[in-house]
Amino acid sequence: MNNKGGNCACDCQNKDKFDLSKLDEFLDEVKDMQGSLIHILQKAQDIYGYLPREIIAYISDKTGCTQAKIYGIATFYTQFRLKPMGKNLIMLCQGTACHVSGSKDIEEAICKDLKISDGETTVDGLFTLNNVACLGCCSLAPVMMIRNKDGEETYGNLTEAKALEIINGFKMKMEQGA
Amino acid sequence: MKIAIGQGSCGIASGSKKIEEAFRRHVAEHNLQAEVTITGCIGGCYLEPIVDVYQDDGQVVRYVHMTEDKVDKVVKQHLIGHEPVDEYRISKSGTDFLEKQTRIALKNCGLINPEDIRDYIKVGGYEALKKAIFEMDGKTICKEVERSGLRGRGGGGFPTGKKWGLVAAQKDPIKYVVCNADEGDPGAFMDRSVMEGDPHKMLEGMIIAGIAIGAKIGYIYVRAEYPLAVKRLKKAISQAEEWGFLGKNILGSKFSFEIRINLGAGAFVCGEGSALTASIEGNRGMPRVKPPRTVEQGLFGKPTVLNNVETFSHIPFIIANGAQIYRGIGTDRSPGTKAFALTGSVNKTGLVEVPMGTSLRELIFDIGGGIKNNKAFKAVQIGGPSGGCLTEKHLDLSLDFDSLSKVGAMVGSGGLVVMDEDTCMVSIAKFFMDFTEQESCGKCVPCREGTHLMNEILDDIVNGRGTKEQIDMLMELADTVTTTSLCGLGKTAALPVMSTIREFQDEYYAHVVEKRCPTGKCKGLKRIEIIANKCKGCGLCLDACPANAISGKRRQPHVIDKSSCTKCKLCIDSCKFDAIVEI
Ligand SMILES: Cc1cc2nc3c(=O)[nH]c(=O)nc-3n(C[C@H](O)[C@H](O)[C@H](O)COP(=O)(O)O)c2cc1C
Ligand code: FES
Repeated sequence: MNNKGGNCACDCQNKDKFDLSKLDEFLDEVKDMQGSLIHILQKAQDIYGYLPREIIAYISDKTGCTQAKIYGIATFYTQFRLKPMGKNLIMLCQGTACHVSGSKDIEEAICKDLKISDGETTVDGLFTLNNVACLGCCSLAPVMMIRNKDGEETYGNLTEAKALEIINGFKMKMEQGA
Repeated sequence: MKIAIGQGSCGIASGSKKIEEAFRRHVAEHNLQAEVTITGCIGGCYLEPIVDVYQDDGQVVRYVHMTEDKVDKVVKQHLIGHEPVDEYRISKSGTDFLEKQTRIALKNCGLINPEDIRDYIKVGGYEALKKAIFEMDGKTICKEVERSGLRGRGGGGFPTGKKWGLVAAQKDPIKYVVCNADEGDPGAFMDRSVMEGDPHKMLEGMIIAGIAIGAKIGYIYVRAEYPLAVKRLKKAISQAEEWGFLGKNILGSKFSFEIRINLGAGAFVCGEGSALTASIEGNRGMPRVKPPRTVEQGLFGKPTVLNNVETFSHIPFIIANGAQIYRGIGTDRSPGTKAFALTGSVNKTGLVEVPMGTSLRELIFDIGGGIKNNKAFKAVQIGGPSGGCLTEKHLDLSLDFDSLSKVGAMVGSGGLVVMDEDTCMVSIAKFFMDFTEQESCGKCVPCREGTHLMNEILDDIVNGRGTKEQIDMLMELADTVTTTSLCGLGKTAALPVMSTIREFQDEYYAHVVEKRCPTGKCKGLKRIEIIANKCKGCGLCLDACPANAISGKRRQPHVIDKSSCTKCKLCIDSCKFDAIVEI
């Protein structure tokens, strides 16, 4: 909007480094839809894995919503992330059923193993850990869901050892794939 | 012959995809005349993976806890040899769990293929819609629903027919139907199960609501944590469109209706009506002051019917069978059934749908099979973070809207988390307060600051810094937050604290006076100590301690200074003689 001069402090000029075609397509699709902003952000996060600053600026440009409003929404909802995410997103349930079945101990074990805490990404970019409230599989508590480009998979009746074993499985798979 | 494999999220998480593959492989390999299909969650999640074999003679054999190895034997002995494998079949206790229930919303879950509309039609699906379109009009539908006495299953228990009537009476020609599928209560999953196991039933309910109030568009607001439910809903919507149950001129009538899906983005408060509509509009999901109410000015400022997934799923039954029959189930003031998610320290976990008015004892002990590992029952948390805890003395209480609110709890979503003697109630209260503090949208001060302050006090208590006065302060804060908050989140945020203080006062006192957690669960109240006669004085722990809390001379027992110990336990790891313990 007001960045045309190109001398603002942010790096919105860098948006060239993102492929905008998919996003443009979607923006076109929803341009007459009421209340489309959250859909757009969800799509953008789908495409880029997170909401880069440059993309927020771009969406603001295209939709006429201020960047402040977009930022407000992106920070209100826990789903949106402003930083790049690991290849595998570990969603560890901390809902009531999982809590009473020991999900905190599992969090500790995972954090210790991956050397990250809730919301962080491992240095090698393989894993991001997110605590979530209930995945709806409470009868199998404690539960985690791992999401990556192949989709998502849910693991139930976790113990500390089982959780680490699953994560190790992903590590091996990534190494072999690389 | 048909083989149906349970593939709700819980089934899949227990490995049912592999079981499906195995069956498909065998059926192809042996050239068997058998159809392999999937079904939703039947509710007995503790029995997953579940496989039903429909024999050609009409008998159904149910196998539970299936594994790939077991598939081999089932194929050889049963599919080929026509002799069911008895040792893998569901036991008496398993069938009891299912047969002691009365199912309306969950009736087809686990029996039909949710991804095939023909299965739903075969069991009478969309008959109610036909009746609503061709034999009834908006007014008579509203009246019928009102006469049924159906009350909202999403928490509040507001009479559904009355709500529809209010919206229908609004002058604005544009109206909306919104389905609340945000299911935010951590520990509840009946809505997920309905969407994954029988999505058409809820769609049918929404379409009927559309006729009742004269709306053309319905929205479903689903939480993003339910990817499978979203996938099945999308499929169901497009199939319903193909079959003419949705879209323009439904079944050739003048009535047109479309349904859109909105994905939630992870905010508990968006389950609240006005926050949910704000979120669909593309804004931050923050509740607003009422009035105007959602029935007057809801989505995009238009009159809106907002109901829960389960509520909509009761509608086809009511329309098809009539209000009178529905009223015959449940209690006089809370007719019908309610699905509860039975989880925690109970033997049989899963979904239980029973008539309103069933007692906790029946739910937990008769149907749920009692407490795990022969422990003693302590309490059950009902309605999640905005509910309360019920104890031994409430076991025979009738579970319905009015009896529960009388004892300071609520039906809420229907999450029932069972807790055994080893659960510390103070830390449970802290857990819920953590949750509400984080989920408070921050708009009103009592909720934003009140939940934070209460959480701080609870933090003090579970870490041994609490005082008796703080318990009084908690009660005072609870009262303020309850009476002055803007929306239901704040108004109910203190319920878990108030009910645990009321029921488990001794436990709170043990934490603040004796600095002891009776269940030993509060890590903050534990101490690390060196056992003098085991300590060789080697000094390893002294070097390992980052807080310099350990002192002692070489070859003499060392000691830990409690005030500087951070309980990091590095010393325990370093000790070669098991001389350091946590007590
Ligand atoms: C903080 C908060 C969270 C809520 N979460 C949900 C929810 O997840 N699902 C739901 O159906 N209702 C939820 N409700 C209740 C809704 O506001 C509303 O009463 C309900 O959806 C109305 O539908 P019903 O009459 O069919 O129950 C919530 C209310 C509050 C205050
Ligand atoms: S509480 Fe963890 S899946 Fe529901």
